Amino acid sequence: MARETKIRTRTQEGAVEVLVLVNHPMETGMRKDKGSGKVIPAQCIQELNVELNGKPMASASLGIGVSENPLLGFRTKAAKNGDKLKISWKDNKGETGTAEAVVDA
Amino acid sequence: MNSINRRTFLKGTVAGSVLAVAASAGLLTPTRVLAAAWPAAAFDAKTIDEALKGLYGTSTAADSKAITIKAPIQAENGAVVPIAVSTSLPGVESIAIFVQANERPLIASVALSGAEGYFSARMKMGKTSDVKVIVKSGGKLHTASQQIKVTVGGCGG
Repeated sequence: MARETKIRTRTQEGAVEVLVLVNHPMETGMRKDKGSGKVIPAQCIQELNVELNGKPMASASLGIGVSENPLLGFRTKAAKNGDKLKISWKDNKGETGTAEAVVDA
Repeated sequence: MNSINRRTFLKGTVAGSVLAVAASAGLLTPTRVLAAAWPAAAFDAKTIDEALKGLYGTSTAADSKAITIKAPIQAENGAVVPIAVSTSLPGVESIAIFVQANERPLIASVALSGAEGYFSARMKMGKTSDVKVIVKSGGKLHTASQQIKVTVGGCGG
Protein backbone atom coordinates (compact mmCIF):
# COMPACT_ATOMS: atom_id res chain seq x y z
CA MET A 1 0.00 0.00 0.00
CA ALA A 2 1.46 3.24 -1.04
CA ARG A 3 1.71 5.85 1.63
CA GLU A 4 1.96 9.52 0.90
CA THR A 5 5.07 11.38 1.98
CA LYS A 6 4.84 15.14 1.77
CA ILE A 7 7.63 17.72 2.08
CA ARG A 8 7.17 21.41 2.73
CA THR A 9 9.81 24.07 3.28
CA ARG A 10 9.56 27.50 4.83
CA THR A 11 11.82 30.13 6.34
CA GLN A 12 11.76 30.11 10.11
CA GLU A 13 14.01 32.16 12.40
CA GLY A 14 16.68 32.66 9.75
CA ALA A 15 16.88 29.01 8.76
CA VAL A 16 15.12 26.81 6.26
CA GLU A 17 12.64 24.56 8.00
CA VAL A 18 11.87 21.25 6.33
CA LEU A 19 8.53 19.73 7.35
CA VAL A 20 7.91 16.09 6.55
CA LEU A 21 4.47 14.50 6.77
CA VAL A 22 4.08 10.77 6.26
CA ASN A 23 0.70 9.15 6.02
CA HIS A 24 1.33 6.19 8.33
CA PRO A 25 -0.68 4.54 11.15
CA MET A 26 2.26 4.28 13.66
CA GLU A 27 0.52 1.34 15.34
CA THR A 28 2.14 0.62 18.72
CA GLY A 29 1.40 -3.08 19.02
CA MET A 30 -0.10 -2.42 22.46
CA ARG A 31 -3.64 -1.57 21.43
CA LYS A 32 -6.37 -4.16 21.29
CA ASP A 33 -9.09 -4.38 18.70
CA LYS A 34 -12.27 -3.56 20.63
CA GLY A 35 -14.36 -6.09 18.69
CA SER A 36 -12.18 -9.20 18.73
CA GLY A 37 -9.96 -8.36 21.72
CA LYS A 38 -6.90 -9.25 19.65
CA VAL A 39 -3.76 -7.16 19.82
CA ILE A 40 -3.28 -5.02 16.74
CA PRO A 41 0.23 -5.81 15.43
CA ALA A 42 2.79 -3.03 15.60
CA GLN A 43 3.59 -1.09 12.50
CA CYS A 44 5.64 2.03 12.89
CA ILE A 45 8.32 3.94 11.06
CA GLN A 46 11.74 3.23 12.54
CA GLU A 47 14.08 5.26 10.37
CA LEU A 48 13.54 8.45 8.44
CA ASN A 49 16.40 10.10 6.58
CA VAL A 50 16.63 13.59 5.16
CA GLU A 51 19.13 14.29 2.40
CA LEU A 52 20.05 17.72 1.12
CA ASN A 53 21.65 17.70 -2.35
CA GLY A 54 22.46 14.01 -1.92
CA LYS A 55 24.20 14.48 1.45
CA PRO A 56 22.65 13.25 4.71
CA MET A 57 21.34 16.15 6.78
CA ALA A 58 19.33 14.43 9.48
CA SER A 59 18.51 10.87 10.36
CA ALA A 60 15.64 10.24 12.74
CA SER A 61 15.07 7.00 14.65
CA LEU A 62 11.44 6.93 15.69
CA GLY A 63 9.69 4.89 18.35
CA ILE A 64 6.07 3.98 18.92
CA GLY A 65 5.59 7.20 20.89
CA VAL A 66 5.43 9.23 17.70
CA SER A 67 1.87 10.14 16.73
CA GLU A 68 -0.08 8.72 13.82
CA ASN A 69 0.79 10.44 10.52
CA PRO A 70 4.12 11.77 11.81
CA LEU A 71 4.92 15.42 11.15
CA LEU A 72 8.61 16.03 11.65
CA GLY A 73 10.47 19.31 11.43
CA PHE A 74 14.16 19.92 10.77
CA ARG A 75 16.05 23.16 10.24
CA THR A 76 19.17 23.96 8.30
CA LYS A 77 21.05 27.07 7.28
CA ALA A 78 22.90 25.23 4.53
CA ALA A 79 19.91 25.09 2.18
CA LYS A 80 18.93 27.68 -0.40
CA ASN A 81 16.07 27.88 -2.85
CA GLY A 82 16.34 25.31 -5.62
CA ASP A 83 18.33 22.82 -3.53
CA LYS A 84 17.16 19.24 -3.68
CA LEU A 85 15.65 17.42 -0.72
CA LYS A 86 15.08 13.72 -0.47
CA ILE A 87 13.23 11.89 2.28
CA SER A 88 13.29 8.14 2.71
CA TRP A 89 11.77 6.07 5.48
CA LYS A 90 11.38 2.46 6.50
CA ASP A 91 9.01 0.81 8.99
CA ASN A 92 9.31 -2.34 11.12
CA LYS A 93 7.47 -4.39 8.50
CA GLY A 94 9.95 -3.42 5.82
CA GLU A 95 7.62 -1.00 4.10
CA THR A 96 9.46 1.99 2.65
CA GLY A 97 8.66 5.35 1.16
CA THR A 98 10.54 8.17 -0.53
CA ALA A 99 9.75 11.69 -1.59
CA GLU A 100 11.71 14.41 -3.30
CA ALA A 101 11.25 18.16 -3.38
CA VAL A 102 13.10 21.37 -4.08
CA VAL A 103 13.66 23.95 -1.39
CA ASP A 104 11.24 26.87 -1.78
CA ALA A 105 11.37 28.81 1.43
CA MET B 1 50.73 -25.58 3.32
CA ASN B 2 47.78 -26.62 1.29
CA SER B 3 45.42 -26.49 4.25
CA ILE B 4 46.62 -22.98 5.20
CA ASN B 5 45.90 -21.75 1.73
CA ARG B 6 42.49 -23.31 1.90
CA ARG B 7 41.80 -21.58 5.24
CA THR B 8 42.77 -18.11 4.02
CA PHE B 9 40.79 -18.70 0.88
CA LEU B 10 37.70 -19.65 2.88
CA LYS B 11 38.12 -16.67 5.20
CA GLY B 12 38.31 -14.37 2.23
CA THR B 13 35.15 -15.65 0.64
CA VAL B 14 33.17 -15.52 3.87
CA ALA B 15 34.22 -11.92 4.57
CA GLY B 16 33.47 -11.01 0.98
CA SER B 17 30.00 -12.48 1.05
CA VAL B 18 29.17 -10.73 4.35
CA LEU B 19 30.12 -7.43 2.75
CA ALA B 20 28.03 -8.22 -0.28
CA VAL B 21 25.01 -8.99 1.90
CA ALA B 22 25.50 -5.79 3.87
CA ALA B 23 25.80 -3.76 0.69
CA SER B 24 22.73 -5.32 -0.88
CA ALA B 25 20.71 -4.65 2.27
CA GLY B 26 21.63 -1.00 1.92
CA LEU B 27 23.67 -1.07 5.12
CA LEU B 28 26.69 0.60 3.60
CA THR B 29 25.04 3.66 2.10
CA PRO B 30 26.08 6.92 3.80
CA THR B 31 22.74 7.54 5.49
CA ARG B 32 22.81 4.12 7.12
CA VAL B 33 26.30 4.73 8.44
CA LEU B 34 25.11 7.98 10.03
CA ALA B 35 22.16 6.26 11.65
CA ALA B 36 24.10 3.04 12.40
CA ALA B 37 20.97 0.99 13.02
CA TRP B 38 17.63 1.43 14.70
CA PRO B 39 18.60 1.13 18.40
CA ALA B 40 16.05 -1.50 19.38
CA ALA B 41 17.31 -1.83 22.97
CA ALA B 42 16.81 1.89 23.60
CA PHE B 43 13.33 1.96 22.07
CA ASP B 44 12.23 -1.17 23.98
CA ALA B 45 13.54 0.20 27.29
CA LYS B 46 10.91 0.90 29.94
CA THR B 47 12.79 3.63 31.81
CA ILE B 48 14.60 6.73 30.61
CA ASP B 49 17.85 5.56 32.23
CA GLU B 50 17.75 2.26 30.34
CA ALA B 51 16.93 4.04 27.11
CA LEU B 52 19.79 6.49 27.65
CA LYS B 53 22.23 3.64 28.23
CA GLY B 54 20.99 1.97 25.05
CA LEU B 55 21.51 5.15 23.05
CA TYR B 56 24.66 6.69 24.49
CA GLY B 57 26.07 4.08 26.87
CA THR B 58 25.62 6.41 29.84
CA SER B 59 22.68 7.93 31.66
CA THR B 60 24.34 11.03 33.06
CA ALA B 61 23.54 14.36 31.45
CA ALA B 62 24.10 17.93 32.61
CA ASP B 63 21.16 20.33 32.93
CA SER B 64 21.36 23.04 30.33
CA LYS B 65 19.59 26.34 29.94
CA ALA B 66 20.57 26.47 26.27
CA ILE B 67 17.81 24.00 25.35
CA THR B 68 14.33 25.33 24.64
CA ILE B 69 11.31 23.03 24.68
CA LYS B 70 8.27 24.41 22.95
CA ALA B 71 5.27 22.34 23.96
CA PRO B 72 1.86 22.98 25.50
CA ILE B 73 1.69 23.07 29.32
CA GLN B 74 -1.62 21.29 29.05
CA ALA B 75 -2.38 18.96 26.15
CA GLU B 76 -6.03 18.30 25.40
CA ASN B 77 -5.39 15.20 23.31
CA GLY B 78 -2.60 12.89 24.43
CA ALA B 79 -2.54 11.17 21.04
CA VAL B 80 -1.13 14.26 19.36
CA VAL B 81 1.11 16.46 21.49
CA PRO B 82 3.21 18.87 19.46
CA ILE B 83 6.77 19.43 20.63
CA ALA B 84 9.63 21.46 19.20
CA VAL B 85 13.14 21.40 20.60
CA SER B 86 15.73 24.00 19.77
CA THR B 87 19.12 24.67 21.23
CA SER B 88 21.83 27.27 20.96
CA LEU B 89 24.51 24.72 21.85
CA PRO B 90 27.20 24.51 19.17
CA GLY B 91 27.90 21.39 17.13
CA VAL B 92 24.74 19.47 17.92
CA GLU B 93 25.18 15.79 17.06
CA SER B 94 21.82 14.43 18.13
CA ILE B 95 18.54 15.26 19.83
CA ALA B 96 16.40 12.73 21.68
CA ILE B 97 12.95 13.10 23.25
CA PHE B 98 11.64 11.03 26.18
CA VAL B 99 8.28 10.90 27.95
CA GLN B 100 8.82 9.68 31.52
CA ALA B 101 5.42 8.08 32.12
CA ASN B 102 5.06 6.31 28.78
CA GLU B 103 5.36 2.53 28.62
CA ARG B 104 8.25 3.10 26.17
CA PRO B 105 9.79 6.47 27.14
CA LEU B 106 11.96 7.00 24.08
CA ILE B 107 9.96 8.88 21.46
CA ALA B 108 12.57 9.71 18.89
CA SER B 109 16.29 10.19 18.47
CA VAL B 110 17.62 12.30 15.64
CA ALA B 111 21.19 12.38 14.37
CA LEU B 112 22.03 15.70 12.76
CA SER B 113 24.78 16.56 10.30
CA GLY B 114 24.82 20.01 8.82
CA ALA B 115 21.42 20.80 10.29
CA GLU B 116 20.56 23.32 13.01
CA GLY B 117 19.94 22.17 16.57
CA TYR B 118 16.24 21.88 16.03
CA PHE B 119 13.68 19.09 15.84
CA SER B 120 9.92 19.08 16.00
CA ALA B 121 7.41 16.23 16.07
CA ARG B 122 4.03 15.19 17.39
CA MET B 123 4.03 12.53 20.09
CA LYS B 124 1.70 10.30 22.08
CA MET B 125 1.43 10.66 25.84
CA GLY B 126 -0.39 8.16 28.06
CA LYS B 127 -0.81 10.56 30.97
CA THR B 128 0.55 13.71 32.56
CA SER B 129 4.32 13.40 32.60
CA ASP B 130 7.67 15.10 32.48
CA VAL B 131 9.14 15.31 29.02
CA LYS B 132 12.90 15.09 28.89
CA VAL B 133 15.10 16.20 26.04
CA ILE B 134 18.70 15.14 25.57
CA VAL B 135 21.01 17.07 23.28
CA LYS B 136 24.40 15.63 22.43
CA SER B 137 26.88 18.32 21.55
CA GLY B 138 30.66 18.18 21.57
CA GLY B 139 30.51 14.58 22.83
CA LYS B 140 28.61 15.65 25.98
CA LEU B 141 25.01 15.12 26.97
CA HIS B 142 22.84 18.08 27.91
CA THR B 143 19.31 17.85 29.20
CA ALA B 144 16.20 19.90 29.86
CA SER B 145 12.69 18.89 30.88
CA GLN B 146 9.17 20.21 31.11
CA GLN B 147 5.95 18.82 32.50
CA ILE B 148 3.01 18.41 30.16
CA LYS B 149 -0.44 17.82 31.63
CA VAL B 150 -2.63 15.45 29.64
CA THR B 151 -6.38 15.38 30.03
CA VAL B 152 -7.15 12.51 27.62
CA GLY B 153 -4.50 9.79 27.26
CA GLY B 154 -3.19 8.85 23.85
CA CYS B 155 -1.84 5.35 24.41
CA GLY B 156 -4.14 2.38 24.15
CA GLY B 157 -7.80 2.61 23.27
